[in-house]
Amino acid sequence: MATIEVKDLYFGYKDEKVIDGVSFEIEKGNLVSLIGPNGSGKSTMIKLLNNLYTPWEGKIFVEGKEINSFRKKELARKIALVPQNSSINYDFTVEEIVRMGRYPHKKRFQREDEEDHEIVEKAMKDTNTYELRDKAVTEISGGELQRVIIAKALAQKPSIILLDEPTSHLDLNHQIEILNLLRKLNKEKNTTIIVAIHDINLATMYSDEIFMLSGGKIVDRGSPEKVITKRNIEFVYNLPVAVHRNKYTNSLSITPLNV
Amino acid sequence: MKINKKRYGMVLLGLSAILILSIGFFSVLGTADIRSIDVFRIVLSKIPIIKRHISIEDLPASHEAIIWTIRLPRVLLGVLVGASLSMAGAAFQGLFKNPMADPYVIGISSGAAFGATIAIVLGINISFLNISTISIFAFIGALGAVFIVINIARVSHKIPTTTLLLAGIATSQFLTAIMSLFMVMNSKDLAKIVYWTMGTLAGKGWKPLVSISIPSITSMIIMNFFVKDLNIMLTGEESAQSMGVDVEKVKIYVLVLGTFMVSMSVSISGIIGFVGLIIPHMVRIVLGADHKILLPASALVGGIFMIFADLVARTVISPMELPVGIITALFGGPFFLYLLRASKR
Ligand SMILES: Nc1ncnc2c1ncn2[C@@H]1O[C@H](COP(=O)(O)OP(=O)(O)OP(=O)(O)O)[C@@H](O)[C@H]1O
Ligand SMILES: [Mg+2]
Repeated sequence: MATIEVKDLYFGYKDEKVIDGVSFEIEKGNLVSLIGPNGSGKSTMIKLLNNLYTPWEGKIFVEGKEINSFRKKELARKIALVPQNSSINYDFTVEEIVRMGRYPHKKRFQREDEEDHEIVEKAMKDTNTYELRDKAVTEISGGELQRVIIAKALAQKPSIILLDEPTSHLDLNHQIEILNLLRKLNKEKNTTIIVAIHDINLATMYSDEIFMLSGGKIVDRGSPEKVITKRNIEFVYNLPVAVHRNKYTNSLSITPLNV
Repeated sequence: MKINKKRYGMVLLGLSAILILSIGFFSVLGTADIRSIDVFRIVLSKIPIIKRHISIEDLPASHEAIIWTIRLPRVLLGVLVGASLSMAGAAFQGLFKNPMADPYVIGISSGAAFGATIAIVLGINISFLNISTISIFAFIGALGAVFIVINIARVSHKIPTTTLLLAGIATSQFLTAIMSLFMVMNSKDLAKIVYWTMGTLAGKGWKPLVSISIPSITSMIIMNFFVKDLNIMLTGEESAQSMGVDVEKVKIYVLVLGTFMVSMSVSISGIIGFVGLIIPHMVRIVLGADHKILLPASALVGGIFMIFADLVARTVISPMELPVGIITALFGGPFFLYLLRASKR
């Protein structure tokens, strides 16, 4: 059984369709990248997969169960979201934010215990935010905050993590570090990872599968080799490119040609 | 956070102690030769069992009467009103993620006063669970006002400061105008109207205090069940929803609870503005944004502030008295403008 199954999904914010008849399945333990130009519907798709919007039509199943039939906390124990833009204007500390990730595991009057404490600590260490733990989130950099939000998602202990451009605020070193961490989780814990990402070269390096979105439709999906072709890229991004194999990483790379 | 979580208990204990001392202190100020300690002796002398060990025979009966029948209920009512307004303000500011969300500014207080006025004017009597008709009508009026203001102020899914303020103030003014009209037509007693729309703690006695204390305190306690949810909602509604917070439900609970505690207060004391704005803001600056400490600390500080303001109201032009709402507005107005200016940046 696929861990996520989407059937004939349609959705728009107002009258305009943003997701235009999308169907797909994602197998458990896959690392999937969503790529596509600005406004193609990646963020919208990610939020739909987290039940933040109600589709106009179509259904989403998570582990065989319809997504809107889950209790809120139950869903939050299965799926964690790292949104595209996080800004927090209140002076919580890094540790307090990460600890919020434990919310779906706790009943209303239940206290946090030693186990929660360990999970939170590990999440911070894995994301390199442990040293920041007593700092206010209003006083850290955008990239640091991004990592804190990822730590919070890890503290949720989900089996599926949705990330919307998690590397956009990160420097090169932290981009690789976060993607390595995601791949490690993916391999060791069999966590399913779905990530919207603009950097096609990073997507080909890390993904099992790539979904290419354009105008709210999936124009192609499959292994990086299948999807990242000169024809596809030029069609979707309207940009002449060369596609070649990177001899260091052995993954596909693209180079824009009209520079 | 500004202070360590482990200190929360200490902070609340300290504030409670200051509150209790203030109750004693403010009850006697303005009266010759009664000591604060006598207030506590009088209180203890009313409690069964303990009273056997307390003798207040050295106190003149007139003093006991002033303290017990006039001052003490007034001061305690002040504590309750200040605490309710402040806690509701703190919760609303978190809920709307809007520093200007105060029960007065967003029209709840006027809605409550309007409901109460209707009950008075029409002479309805349907008391329920010992809560007076006036309080019930205040609650209904306040709920109506909140509903109207929020629906007018909402722009798609957000509630921007400007529309919230405009909708709140317009609704308030409108309701206050109708209310004044009703009262002028019905009582011709302008002083009473002024005192009601400006808020006062004077001359209420024990009865109204007793009738609202259980509902008010209960709603304040229940409000604290939602501190975790409110904290998470400060990180964004979608983010809260994806962490499993039932955002829409929490909003309704917090809104109804806050409206309820404000209505109870307003039904006794009339409209007292800005307390729910100033106090949570000050507490937040010192103690941080965590609702776990913000809500109870705001309630305690609000209680202290209210009885201080009431002391000013009854002494500043003594032997005359001002409505306490004038005093809170004198503090609150400039503060409001300062906040508005700060939030523009
Ligand atoms: N909250 C919203 N209200 C109305 N329209 C929206 C909203 N969010 C997105 N849209 C519209 O939906 C379309 C898809 O947006 P979406 O954010 O899903 O794109 P995206 O692929 O994530 O783009 P980007 O690469 O810029 O992040 C866009 O045309 C956008 O204008
Ligand atoms: Mg996006």
